[in-house]
Amino acid sequence: MATAQQTAGPYWHMIDFPEWADTTRFGAEGARIALTGIIRDGEGAPVTDAMVEIWHADPEGRYDAAFQGFGRCRTDAEGRFRFTTLKPGPVPGRGNALQAPHVLIAIFARGLMRHLLTRLYFAGEPLNETDPLLALVPPARRPTLIARETAPGVWTLDIRLQGEGETVFLDV
Amino acid sequence: MSDPTPYARHAPGSQPPYDAPAYGSTHRRHPKQPLIRAPHTLTETTSPRLTPDRFPPEADMSRVNGKDALGQRIIVAGRVLDEAGRPVPHAMVEVWQANAAGRYHHPGDTHDAPLDPNFLGRARVFTDAEGWYRYTTIQPGAYPWRNHHNAWRPVHIHYSLFGAGFAQRMITQMYFPGDPLLPLDPIFNAVPDEAARNRLIAAFDLDLTVPEWALGYRFDIVLRGPAATPFEEEDHA
Ligand SMILES: [Fe+2]
Repeated sequence: MATAQQTAGPYWHMIDFPEWADTTRFGAEGARIALTGIIRDGEGAPVTDAMVEIWHADPEGRYDAAFQGFGRCRTDAEGRFRFTTLKPGPVPGRGNALQAPHVLIAIFARGLMRHLLTRLYFAGEPLNETDPLLALVPPARRPTLIARETAPGVWTLDIRLQGEGETVFLDV
Repeated sequence: MSDPTPYARHAPGSQPPYDAPAYGSTHRRHPKQPLIRAPHTLTETTSPRLTPDRFPPEADMSRVNGKDALGQRIIVAGRVLDEAGRPVPHAMVEVWQANAAGRYHHPGDTHDAPLDPNFLGRARVFTDAEGWYRYTTIQPGAYPWRNHHNAWRPVHIHYSLFGAGFAQRMITQMYFPGDPLLPLDPIFNAVPDEAARNRLIAAFDLDLTVPEWALGYRFDIVLRGPAATPFEEEDHA
């Protein structure tokens, strides 16, 4: 039996290192993108004390490459996270499926007994139509997983923990 | 390309629910829609390579610039294993905690207890080839947290762990044996299974205790292991 998880609490910033929000800091080739969004709670209030982590493949869809798509970022006073990274490529899925480019997002915070996991997909990717995970999500809720390019190279996905427009979270 | 081995699903009762009514902050932060069960792909079965060259270890919280922090010096050590009993080698373990007075070195902590200039309260260590980790610190103090009248957190150290797959990623808290606050704590008691709760409590360990120097505590951590059968994922899909 795996060890029980416990909330990260309000003081997790003891392990916040702002440079971790840039996954390219050890060197990376390719165009940088920003991944950003605001996290809100069940009343629509910004979640200002969350720890957000991302994990994704490199632009060729590889997880074992030199580029390492891992980042950590705090939400600010407006509930916003912002990462600098590279846009991932398509990744093999189970069977012979091909997954659309995506970013795994983990959210830790006070009030979250354990982290929430979700995925960020990119609007306009043809593979979104056949992505095996998106296919498991009721169509009406799929938009909660699909980031839009709100400025050149800036992909925005707001996250709602609870209530109207609640983000699809994953049981991983 | 063959499919990656999925991780086992969590045993019933082993993990706290998102909706834990006695812990007020969960009220507006827990999802109300059902989670979507995600098959384990490379995204879930791979993990960042967090290595000491890029993430320098710091295994001694008990002093800053050669000056000793106040409080009871302790050594905490243990093994990180998976559910199959295999060591998790070279895993990055981050820990953070309050000082001996129950105060975090954090701008958000307004508890009326003294800061200690010689205590920061965070460390980063890596497990060895056998899954062992070890760090030195001082025993933290309990602190109030306003969840309910006269609410005090039991003494604890926060842990953050990475395994071989992101599905193993987890954050937890280590508690101390005999703490009278444990039966009163909504966070500790949100774990349904009593045995699972009690495994969050470290054990005093005389073998880890260093004469004339520091008390030793043992705290082992188990990360998710491989699914029992390769078909488990499909069975539950
Ligand atoms: Fe704490």
